[in-house]
Parts: sequence; structure tokens; C-alpha cells
Amino acid sequence: MTAMQRLLQLPVTAVNMVKTVQSQVQGQEEDKSPVLTPDGVHQAWYSALQPDELRHLRSGAPVTISVSGMNQSIESQEWLRVSTARSTRFQSDATIALQEQGGSTKRIPLLVCELTGLIPVSLTGKEAESCFNWVTDTFGVSGKKAVILIKWVKILHDDLKEMLDSNKDSLKLEAMKRIVAMIARGKNASDLFPAVVKNVACKNIEVKKLVYVYLVRYAEEQQDLALLSISTFQRGLKDPNQLIRASALRVLSSIRVTIIVPIMMLAIKEAASDMSPYVRKTAAHAIPKLYSLDPEQKDQLIEVIEKLLADKTTLVAGSVVMAFEEVCPERIELIHKNYRKLCNLLIDVEEWGQVVIINMLTRYARTQFLNPNMNESLLEEGSDKTFYGSDEDEDEEEEEKEKKAEAPMAKRKPYVMDPDHRLLLRNTKPLLQSRNAAVVMAVAQLYFHLAPKAEIGVIAKALVRLLRSHSEVQYVVLQNVATMSIKRRGMFEPYLKSFYIRSTDPTQIKILKLEVLTNLANETNISTILREFQTYIKSMDKDFVAATIQAIGRCATNIGEVRDTCLNGLVQLLSNRDELVVAESVVVIKKLLQMQPEKHSDIIKHMAKLTDNIQVPMARASILWLIGEYCEHVPKIAPDVLRKMAKSFTNEEDIVKLQIINLAAKLYLTNSKQTKLLTQYVLNLAKYDQNYDIRDRARFIRQLIVPTEKSGALSKYAKKLFLALKPAPVLESPFKDRDHFQLGSLSHLLNAKAGGYQELPDWPEAAPDPSVRNVEVFTLLERVTTLTSVPEWTKCSSREKRKEKKVEKPFYSDSEGESGPTESADSESDSASGSESGSGLEESGSGSESEESEEGSESEEEEEEEKDKKKKKKELKKPVQESESEQSSEEEVRKHERKNKQRKSDSESESDEEEESESESSQSESEDSESEAEVKKKKKVAEPKPPSKPVKKECKKEKKEMSLLDLDDFEPAPSPQATPLNTFLSSSLVNDLEGLSLSDAVLSPATISPSSTLKSYELLHRITGEGLSVEYCFSRQPFPPDGNMVAVQMQFTNNATSDAKNLHMEDVKLQSGMRVKEFTEIELLPAGETATAVMGIDFCDSTQAANFQLCTHTRKFFVSIQPPVGELMRPVFLTENEFKKEQGQLMGMNEISEKLTLDANCRNEHSIVQRVITAANLSRVPCGSDKECRFAGRTVTSSSLVLATVASREEGAAQLTVNCEKMVIGTMLVKDILLALTQ
Amino acid sequence: MIHSLFLINQAGDIFLEKHWKSVISRSVCDYFFEAKEKAVEPDNVPPVLQTPHHYLISIYRDKLFFLSVIQTEVPPLFVIEFLHRVADTIQDYFGECSESLIKDNVVTVYELLEEMLDNGFPLATESNVLKEMIRPPTILRSVVNTLTGGSNVGDKLPTGQLSSIPWRRAGVKYTNNEAYFDVIEAIDAIVDKSGTTVFAEIQGVIEACVRLTGMPDLTMTFMNPSLLDDVSFHPCVRFKRWESERALSFIPPDGNFTLMNYHVSSQNLVAIPVYVKQNISFFETGPCGRMDITIGPKQTMGKTVEAMMVTIHMPKAVLSANLTATQGNYTYDLANKVLVWDIGKLNPQKLPNLRGSLSLQSGAPKPEDNPSLNIDLKIQQVAISGLKVSRLDMHGEKYKPFKGVKYLTKAGNFQVRT
Repeated sequence: MTAMQRLLQLPVTAVNMVKTVQSQVQGQEEDKSPVLTPDGVHQAWYSALQPDELRHLRSGAPVTISVSGMNQSIESQEWLRVSTARSTRFQSDATIALQEQGGSTKRIPLLVCELTGLIPVSLTGKEAESCFNWVTDTFGVSGKKAVILIKWVKILHDDLKEMLDSNKDSLKLEAMKRIVAMIARGKNASDLFPAVVKNVACKNIEVKKLVYVYLVRYAEEQQDLALLSISTFQRGLKDPNQLIRASALRVLSSIRVTIIVPIMMLAIKEAASDMSPYVRKTAAHAIPKLYSLDPEQKDQLIEVIEKLLADKTTLVAGSVVMAFEEVCPERIELIHKNYRKLCNLLIDVEEWGQVVIINMLTRYARTQFLNPNMNESLLEEGSDKTFYGSDEDEDEEEEEKEKKAEAPMAKRKPYVMDPDHRLLLRNTKPLLQSRNAAVVMAVAQLYFHLAPKAEIGVIAKALVRLLRSHSEVQYVVLQNVATMSIKRRGMFEPYLKSFYIRSTDPTQIKILKLEVLTNLANETNISTILREFQTYIKSMDKDFVAATIQAIGRCATNIGEVRDTCLNGLVQLLSNRDELVVAESVVVIKKLLQMQPEKHSDIIKHMAKLTDNIQVPMARASILWLIGEYCEHVPKIAPDVLRKMAKSFTNEEDIVKLQIINLAAKLYLTNSKQTKLLTQYVLNLAKYDQNYDIRDRARFIRQLIVPTEKSGALSKYAKKLFLALKPAPVLESPFKDRDHFQLGSLSHLLNAKAGGYQELPDWPEAAPDPSVRNVEVFTLLERVTTLTSVPEWTKCSSREKRKEKKVEKPFYSDSEGESGPTESADSESDSASGSESGSGLEESGSGSESEESEEGSESEEEEEEEKDKKKKKKELKKPVQESESEQSSEEEVRKHERKNKQRKSDSESESDEEEESESESSQSESEDSESEAEVKKKKKVAEPKPPSKPVKKECKKEKKEMSLLDLDDFEPAPSPQATPLNTFLSSSLVNDLEGLSLSDAVLSPATISPSSTLKSYELLHRITGEGLSVEYCFSRQPFPPDGNMVAVQMQFTNNATSDAKNLHMEDVKLQSGMRVKEFTEIELLPAGETATAVMGIDFCDSTQAANFQLCTHTRKFFVSIQPPVGELMRPVFLTENEFKKEQGQLMGMNEISEKLTLDANCRNEHSIVQRVITAANLSRVPCGSDKECRFAGRTVTSSSLVLATVASREEGAAQLTVNCEKMVIGTMLVKDILLALTQ
Repeated sequence: MIHSLFLINQAGDIFLEKHWKSVISRSVCDYFFEAKEKAVEPDNVPPVLQTPHHYLISIYRDKLFFLSVIQTEVPPLFVIEFLHRVADTIQDYFGECSESLIKDNVVTVYELLEEMLDNGFPLATESNVLKEMIRPPTILRSVVNTLTGGSNVGDKLPTGQLSSIPWRRAGVKYTNNEAYFDVIEAIDAIVDKSGTTVFAEIQGVIEACVRLTGMPDLTMTFMNPSLLDDVSFHPCVRFKRWESERALSFIPPDGNFTLMNYHVSSQNLVAIPVYVKQNISFFETGPCGRMDITIGPKQTMGKTVEAMMVTIHMPKAVLSANLTATQGNYTYDLANKVLVWDIGKLNPQKLPNLRGSLSLQSGAPKPEDNPSLNIDLKIQQVAISGLKVSRLDMHGEKYKPFKGVKYLTKAGNFQVRT
């Protein structure tokens, strides 16, 4: 009888057999017949099996079985004993044996079933299936049937073994599928290990895969047998195909067998230097596996991690950082050298890797950079308070504090953000747009923990977006928003309505939203929020209603104005029909009343009445406490309440009883005449209470309040003890101070440290040496950068080669033929150039860009015939064409926009522009080709030579732009132009006139020429710039191409030994609304020389930095320009009267004034003017009094008026007043001028 | 990271388990069952649970719980997002994510899980890569497989995971090259009793179905990109191009995918397409209540409102409803106390009305709160925000694809308070 035959026949017999058994057993007591009735069919069936069954049972391993939470291990010996019992006593033996193991009789069938891995899927055929179902349905009745089933399953396993041993792949596959299905259902299939492991070298991929699955699952239990498979994997590690190498490593490292640790270590080390990035990625994955298997390998593994961290491919980055986090998160120094690379690669890493990297970098940044908010925190907190604070006394105190705080602040040098810190913030920001909620959350927490206060706002929108995702995502995000909203309320205020609650939200989401709404409540929005709350109170979801009532209570305590409204509302709720609502309201009202009890005796009276109806103990206790505490306010009612309570004392809950005792004690002290007897009575009742707390309390209170000889001194103070003024409770958010956990982490969510959580370190006091992140290996860098600048070319040529070989494989797929460096370089160039991740594949597709342009398509046909030389030429051209077309298309877009704005169209101007764009593109062309390692000669288009001297250049520029601007004013000048030079700009007469009048003012001796007071800032340090240093200053000259732009003059100095070429800027990253006019490229900067250039930036009246890359022919540097607020304005001339008039219109919120003490060297008018003008680009306004200096200006972009007044008093005291409708500018300006005058 | 995964049905049976590290006994799920018991509604089971030795993070999708076991610190969203990705993948493979389908394809699901995580860290989650490794079952293939003994595991080595654009498989070929985009906008709104809009916003999504040969590079531009306030993209979209030109430039995945999600800036007023006149009242005397609902078109951009549906979660005390609808039918689910009124097309000439009485459980107090109405609707061929795709260009391939854009507006979370 073959196994197959058995399989097909047996179930049917089994069914019949079991049915007979059942019919016999039915109605009988179970334990009465442990022995199966002799039954011919049955006997024949299982005696036929016995030899087989025994054989494999002997190889059985220890089995773990679980029944509803209880783990029981049954030794295989024991089991063997059970199942080898031969006679008809077989079943009873099994039962007994299992009973010995501690299972109750009822559980035995279940245990047996678990033990054998009994599952329906391992049967084939409909009959078998239905048979099984039937048996399992009747399972709870008798242990015997289960035992029969054991037999049955054993046969099936035998059948599986036979199938695995067969030559047919299809049979093997079928068997493996059934086995995997067993595993998936959590059934034990370990006894098949020897049969399965034989197939590890099977040719069929699917069988092999399933064998791997099995192996990984059971190798741990069958270590010796698992070793048989190792050689197969070792062979796989040497396979020429990278995918096979990777999968061999993956399985090998997943087998948790300690003996092979050395083999794994070796394999990982080898794979870490594999030329395929995919294999390296797999190696990174294997590291934590090995670490968890044998933590002693840590040191060696760290070496591998260090090596892999230096990897330049996006594929590896995420995985290796994951390994780093699991193995050695404390070795933060390993990140230094890779920090910038990780930041730059980040956007192209797969999403899961991004999360891990961002979280790690957050921690890293906290150890390496300075707190960007350290200077602001003091000042801004103060202003926040003055804005919202209710008590005026507090304000004054605050102000004083502020002043005190300012002294050290003034000494502290202004905070400058480390460019690496900026790099991190800039490169993570786009990821807020990720579709993956985890990535968005990771960036959000990074910004929350690392960004300057002014920049955090960007994350709010993204987080609110996540609220539209699945409810689990909402749950996590809301928890984090709740924490954030406590610290940075302003951030989420605009999104208040997004937190409104819908009746269909799950309760847990509702409660979290409520939390956020409560955190966001302030004077301005409280009325809307309360109106919302009002609808919530009517909800059917009672838990939610209770939470709403508490939220109202919190709003009432936090915002004084609405306290009475809230209280009234809550009192109304006291007549609600739902007892829970009433009870919750009572508890909250109690807390509120504690704040100002004298006003609300009628509410207390009202509540006293409620004692008749409310049954919720907490609420009753609250009412009693209230009455006791404020019994003076309700002198008549209180004793009556006590009377009622004394009556029902014995039936009350414990907390209520305690409060009754309290009430009695307090009444006794205040009104002993009426309540003496009652109190005695209550205390007597309490004395014999069942609860010892209550007995205790009664005894204690009796001693305290009833004066006897023994009671001593304490009773004198009883009144003081009981009727002391109790501070009102502070209703706080449960999310307060949760932000010491890294947001988005599991620990934050649970508000408890989870295993493996890495603390978020505090900011360092002083920044550690930033140079540790400089990558020294210059040769390496050079290789990368040169590749960066010519990626297209490299790719083209490699594609070319392939074309010649007529290989149609996609570009990235076959790395076998390729050498490691090229591969890594490719992907590096992708990301380093900041290009879209797909750019590599644009090329790899069979079609190419060349087809777009006509020239290209021609070349396609010619290509075959043409000789190599020509081909190369073409290749060289291509990228150039691309860039050209791209640029021109951009130009077109811009033009289009401009056209719309143009009032008078002018062909000349357009052609001018075209010329310009052409020359631009030709510039870039030349630059491209130059960087292309001078392979071919470039065809030079006549281009304007960059002037070597700044003055000349400026003249030229002006000229050119002037003609442009004269003809079409594409930026309709929005404001009176302030400075003499830009009179060209003015398009209207009025502007002209204003400009003229101003130029007079500038010429007049009253103002001081600002040029003498220019301050320069460092853009690029000599060391980071590898010899190139750049300084910039705000020249305060008008920037003629665009009146809204601030001119920034840059001075380039080449300190290196070699020439710097093609200095230009790229990749400008700006806040929305901001614009940049790039400086003209500096073609050559010989060693030791200096050059100057001017660029214009429209900062949109914000101090947001303009970030861009400064590029030389070899390198790119991330730099940023952040303007002091004083540079965001231009001087404007006003007469004294005008000034006063304007000032009169900018009062109230728009006026900020500060008292200050002038610096000793700065007490005369001249020095004041000097210092103010240095700090801000303002012009002086004539003034009658010599005690006052007035200044006026307009912001560059929006032309908002900025007025500043410094009025000096005796002994250096002075008052600074700034009027500006842009309050942010005003506040910042005050800060800056204050600094300038006091230092 | 993720240690184990259990799939659990609503009844609380574990029908699939997968361990990526050593095996964790399924008894760990008991903590979850306890919480599930406590929460009553499956929606209310906390997604994150703490047990003495493990953390359990679960999601509830399509009446199934995906429960993962965690041992150390990991961002919870990471796990949640991954679990949803698993559910998405299962849905993508088998058409829906249900217990019976998973049981039928248990081996495929197990193989998928094996590929998606390595040692608990996500390995391949892009459906294009997965499909290259494990082919989704189709009727034709299952027939062929049974005849020839073939398999559903890809016989070629999966190269997708090596590429720098893992979302697109290599060597795609179609005879008909087509790219369809559905711009779907959902109106989320809360309208209060008096008919004033408390809160309204528009969520949009662009679903794409792209079947193009080779490696096409697409660029999509909008007539009015300034409408878009907040966006999130499929990883294929080049963020830079978006920032600088407000154009979507991407190499698309093969097949169906979500190109972009967006939110229309809140400055724009949201056109609410319908208005609802409702009157629901319960009487103190006698166990009954009255209901009268009329729906009319408001701002529909000249299109017909279709597939109107009103869902009302009634208070527990409502026993039955005796109503008449002038249009469509209504059903009242006694067990869940949900009244559904399926209206269909909205006829502006003859406004649909549903009125009648509700009978309450005798003895129960009258419900204090009126239930809110959830509105469903569809408006074909219009994006309510006014967003328009201006053009779609393709580079990198020679052929001319067939392109199409479809607009649809529907109600998202549209709630009328009563």
C-alpha cells in the first residue's frame, strides 16, 4: 500500500470508524470507557501503520505546545511512550500520560491536536477534508478520537515524506506547499526536517524557496541536521549571479545555529566588499542577525558596519544605518565622516531606510550642533506672555525678567547655524511630501527637535495631512501632535478645524482630538471651541462626553475669561439625564469651584440637592467634599446633608464614607451646636465599619476634634488642620513634558522607556568641532565630484558600449560584468547631483533623449555607420543639448509669465532676453564641456568676459539691465523707490518724484553714508571651501534688475594653490515667495586672487535663509545667506511731520518699545545714529529735539514703513520705539538695535 | 524590528502566523484579545499595546486584525505603515483582503511576507518588485499551473530590487500603450444643524493606471497648480521639478498606483454640492419619533449628483423605522442601528424626501442627541476644486501612447449634524 493509496482510502474508513465510535460513546460517560471498543476495521487500520509511525516518532524532537496562554513542554520520550503503547490500551495510556503532564481531561484533545500539527490542509480530497471537519467538530467529547487522528496525521506526514523523496518536482512542490501552509497556520512540521533538508539543492526555484522558508523556521530546533544544508549556501555565496549570492547570504544568516557563527562572520565580511550593492545590502541586513545570535561578535561587526557606512549607494545606506542602530547606536563618532553623504543620499534611499536614517540623524545632530533656539527662547517667551497673559502684574515681572535676561543675552554671541545642521534640515524637508506616514513623522520629529522655532511651522501641514490616513496612523499622529501642541501652540492653530470631531471617529481618536483642541484653546478661539464642545456633549458615546466635560474644565482653568461661562454650562449639565455626564460634571465643577468658591454658593446649593439622585461614588464624594470645604457659604444646608448622609452611611461606597466623615468633622468644627450629635453618630458607625481605612479615619478624627484630656495639643489646631485653604488643583494635559522622549518613538507613545530606546541627548553647551565631518580623502572626493559633473557622459559611453555588444539588458541589472566603483559612482552621481532618482534610467531605456531633437534622431540612423570618433562627439554634445533645451524651456515659462504682466509688449526686450538666455546656455555649455575632462575642444560662442574688477562689472550690468527695464517694467514698482540710483526703475511720475526727493535726502549732510559701516559675513570658510573662501556683505546699494531684491556683494578669495574655475551658483532652495538673481559666473579665479560679484535676493521681508550651492569646476558647497533684519529695508526720507503722522497710524500692536541703558561709548547723538544705521538700513529723519533720533525706512519687498525712535534720557537711559506694521520685523529690529546700542 | 505577525479574524482565531526571528508563541495574542474584549468595537482597540515582554502593534483592515509583535523600540508608525502595506499588497494580489482569500492562498501570502521583511526590516515592499518574484494568481495561470505543474514563483531572477527605481519593473511590453489618470476629489465637511458649514475641505488623489512599454518618462502639468496646498507623492515623482515648475515629472510604476495626494488650499471656498433639510425629533410622550429629510442640489457645477446615499447611525433606543421615501429605498439594520437611504441620482426638479416615524424601545428614555447624517455622493466629470490637468507629455519612448484623464468628485467624510 503506497502512501498515496492510504491517503485516498483512509479518511473514508476513518470517518466510518469514528462515526461508529461516536455513536457508541454517545450518551456514555467519558471516563467510563477509556478503552476503545474492539472494532475490526479500526484495529486493522492502525496496526497497519505502526511500524512506519514508530520509525519517525523516534526521531521526534521536543515539542512545545500551548493552550490558551499556558506553555507546556512535553518531552518526546514521554510522547513516544504514549504513542508506542500497542495494545487496545493505547488510547487510555495516551490519556493518562497527558494527564500526568498537567492537562485536564478536557484539554487533552486540544493538546494532542497541537502536538501533532494537525491541520486540514494536509489532507487532499474533498472527503478527507469533510471528514476532518466533522471530527474536529466533535472533538471536545472524547480523547480517543483525537488519538485516532494523530495516527491519521502521521500517515499524511509519511505521505509528504514520500512526495519529497520523489523525483518529480511537481510532487515535491506540492508537498512543500502543504508543509509551508502548516507552518503558516502555526502547526508543527518539525518532524519532516530530514526529508525537507535533502531538497535544499533542488533545481526548481520555487521548491528551493520553500525549502529555505522551512529551514529558517526549524533550523533552530534541529541544529545538527541544519548543518547539512550549510555547504549549499556556501557554494551559493560564490555564485557569479549577485542575486543568488544575496539570497544565499540571507538564508545562511537567518539560520539561528550558533555553530556556524564563524562561517556567517566570514560570509558577511566577504559580502560587505562585494561589488554588487545588493549583496552589500544583504550583508548589512545580516549584521543584526549575527549580533543577536552571538553578541560577542560585536567588535568585528562594528568594523563591517564602519566599512558599509562609507558605502555610497542608496541601496545600502538604509540597511547599514539600521544595523548601526541595532548593534552600536552609542558609537556616534562613526557617523561623522558619513554625515554629509547620508544627508545628501537621503532623498533617494527607500522609504523604510529614510525613517531609520532620519531618526538616527536627529540624535546625531543633538550631540553635534547648538540649540538654534537658545537666543530666541528668552525674548519670545516673554512676548508670548504679554500677548496672552491675563494678569498685569505678571507682565511687569516678566518685563523685568526679560531685562535681566537680556544682559547675558547681549553678551552671548549671535547664533550662527552650522552649515551641516542646515544641510540636514534642508535635505529632510522635501520628505514631508512622502506618501509614507512614517517618513513624514520622522521628518516632523526631526524638525521639532532640531529646527529653529521659526521654521518648525512647515511640519504642521504635513502632520495634519496624516490625519486623513488610517485610524491607526491618526492615533499615533494625534498623540504626537498633542505633545507638540503644548510646546508650540501657534503651529497648529491655523489647523484648528482639522481637529474637529466627527461622530464616526473611533472613541480613542475622539479623545485625542479633544486633547489637541484643548491644548490649542486660547482667548481668541475659545468661543468657537466651546461651541464645538457643546455639540460633543450631546454625543451618544459616553466616554467621549466625559472626556469633553473634563476638557471644558481644563479650558476654564486655563482661560480666565471663560471660567464663568464654562461653569454655567457645566451646571446646566447637572440636570442631564445621563448619570455619567452629571457625575463627571460634578467632579469638574468641584475643581473649578475651588478656584473661587465665594462667588458660587448657589452652585454649591444646587449640588447639595443632587445628593439625592446621583449614585456615582466619585461624584457623591466630590459634592460632600465641596459642602464640607465651603460649609460657611451654605450654613443651612450643610447640616441637613450630613443628616441624610448619616442615614445612608452604611450603604455608601468607601470613598463616599471617607468624605462623610470629613464633612462631619468640618461641620463639627464650624457649627458644633447643630451637628454634634450627628457627628458622634457618624463616627460611631464608622468605628465598626468593615474597612480598616474608615475605622482608622474615624478614630483619628475623633481624637482630633473632640477635646478630651488625652488628646493633647493637636486638637487646638484641628480647625487649622481641617479648614486650611487648599490650593486649587491644576488641570494639566497628560501630554505635558512628554517631549523628553523622542517624538514618534514607541517610548513617547507609551510614555515609558521601551527596550532599546536611545535617549535624545540635550544640546551641547558648546559645539563640538565641526571639522570632524570634513572628509579628508580628497582623491576619493575628486573622483566623485568629477563624476558628478559628467554623469551623463559616463553613462552615455557605457550605454554605447552595450549597444555595440547588442546587449539589451537594462542598465542597472547586470552588475556582474561591471566593476564595483563604476556602479557605486553611478548611483552616487544620481543623488549627489541632486537629480531626480530616475535620471539614471532615463538613459537606460532603449530610447534616448536624442530622439527628441531632430539632430538626435538623425544621429540615431547615422550612428551605425559612423565611426567611433564621431560618436564620441555626439555623446559629448548630448548633455549640452539637454541642458540647453531645459534651460530654454524654463526661459519660455518665465517669459510667458512676464508677458502676462507686461503692459506694453516689446519685441526688442524679448530678443534681448533671448540673447541673454542664449548666452547663458552657452555659458553652461562651455562649463559642461570643460568639466568633461577636456576630452574635446569646445566650440566657443562669443561670450562676455567676466570683468575682473567689480566696479566695471556693476556699470556694465546696470547698463544692460537698464535698457531692459526701461522698455518693460516687468515688476511694476510697488513702492516709492528709496535710493538715488534706482531712479531708472521708477515707472511713474510719482515714484520719480519721490525718488528725487530722496536722493536729496541722501545727499544732505544729516544722513551718514551707510557704505562706511558695512559688515561682512562669512559664506564659505577657507578650510571647508578647500582653499576658496567667500565673504559677503549687504552692500545697501539698490539692485537694479529688481527693486524688491537686496543686493549682496560677495568677495571670493582663492587661497588654494590651483586656479578655481567657473564659480557659479546652482540649486537654489528658497522659502516660497523668495527669489534670487544669480551673480554672473566667474570664469577664472587664479590662485591668490580675489574677485567680487553681486547677487540679488528677494527675501520677502523674512529672515529666512537663502540656501544654494556654490559651485566651482570641481566642487559644490552648500551655503546659505541669512539676512539680519536690518538689511531687509531701505532708507526712505520723511519730514518730521510726515514721520509723526505715520507714527500715529502705527500705534498699538504695531508699536514696540523697549527701555534700555545706552552703552558708555554711545551717549552722544552722533554715535547713536551711527550705531542704528549700522544695525539697520534706515535713514535719519530730521527732528527738532536733540534728545530724540528718528529713523525711517521701508521694507524691501512689501514696502511697509519702518519707523524707529531713540529718545535718550538722563544718565544713559533711553527708550527705543519701533513702529512697523510687520510685527515680526518690528520685534526683530528692536532686538537688533537694542544689541547695537547697548554693546 | 518586527518580530512576528499574526493574522486574526473578527472571531479571534489566528489563521496565519509568520515569524521573522525566533518563534514567539501565539499565546502572546491573549493580551490583544483581552484588549479587544474591552474595546467592544474593533475600531477602538488601541493600536499599540504593552505586555510584559513584548509590544503589540496592530491594525484593523477589512475585518481582519494584523497584529505584529515588537520587542524593542521602533517608531510605531513605521510598523503601522508597513502592516497597511502588507494589507495593500494582499489586496493587490488577490483583489481583496479577506480571510477566505488569504486561507486559499496561504502559501503565496507566506512567501510574500518572507520577501517583504528580512529579519524584521522591510526588504521589498514595491508591488512591482514583488510581482516579479511572486506572480499574482490569475485564473489562466492557475489552470496552466495545474496542467503543467508550473508555479507562481517567477522563474527569472528578480532584477527590480537592484534598480535605482525599484517601483518599475524592467522590460515592460504592451501592444496598446495607454496611460489613464483619475483625478478624484473628496469633500470632507461638517455642516451644522442650521445648514452652515462648520468645516469643509477638499482632499484629492490622482490614481493612475499606466501601461506603457519601456521606460517612459512622463510629465504632467496643471492649468492651476496654485490650487494645490499640500501634496504628497509616490516616490517616483521628482520633487525638484515640482518645487521649481509645479509639474509632475516621473517614471511611472507599471500598472495601477497612486500618483499623488493633495489638499486644496483652505483659502478657497469649498463648494458644497448639496444641502440637507432635516428634522428629526423624539417625543417625550410615547415611544416614537419623527424624521423628515429632504436633499437638494446646491453648487453642483451644472452636473448631476449621482449615487446619493444617506447613512444614519441611530441611537440605541430606536427599534424600527417606518418611513416613506419619495425616491430610492431605505433599509434599517436592526443589529447595528444603521439606517441607510440609497437615493441614486439627485433630481433637481423633484427633491427626494424621506419621512415617517421611528419607534423607540418602550421604557427607554428618549435619546438626547439626534444622530448625524453621513452623506455619500458622486459627481462625474468634475473636480470640485476646479483643478485641471493641462497636458501630459511623454519622453524617452518613440510610440504615441493613448492618454486619458477622468475627473470625479465624491463625498469624503461629509457629515450633517442634527
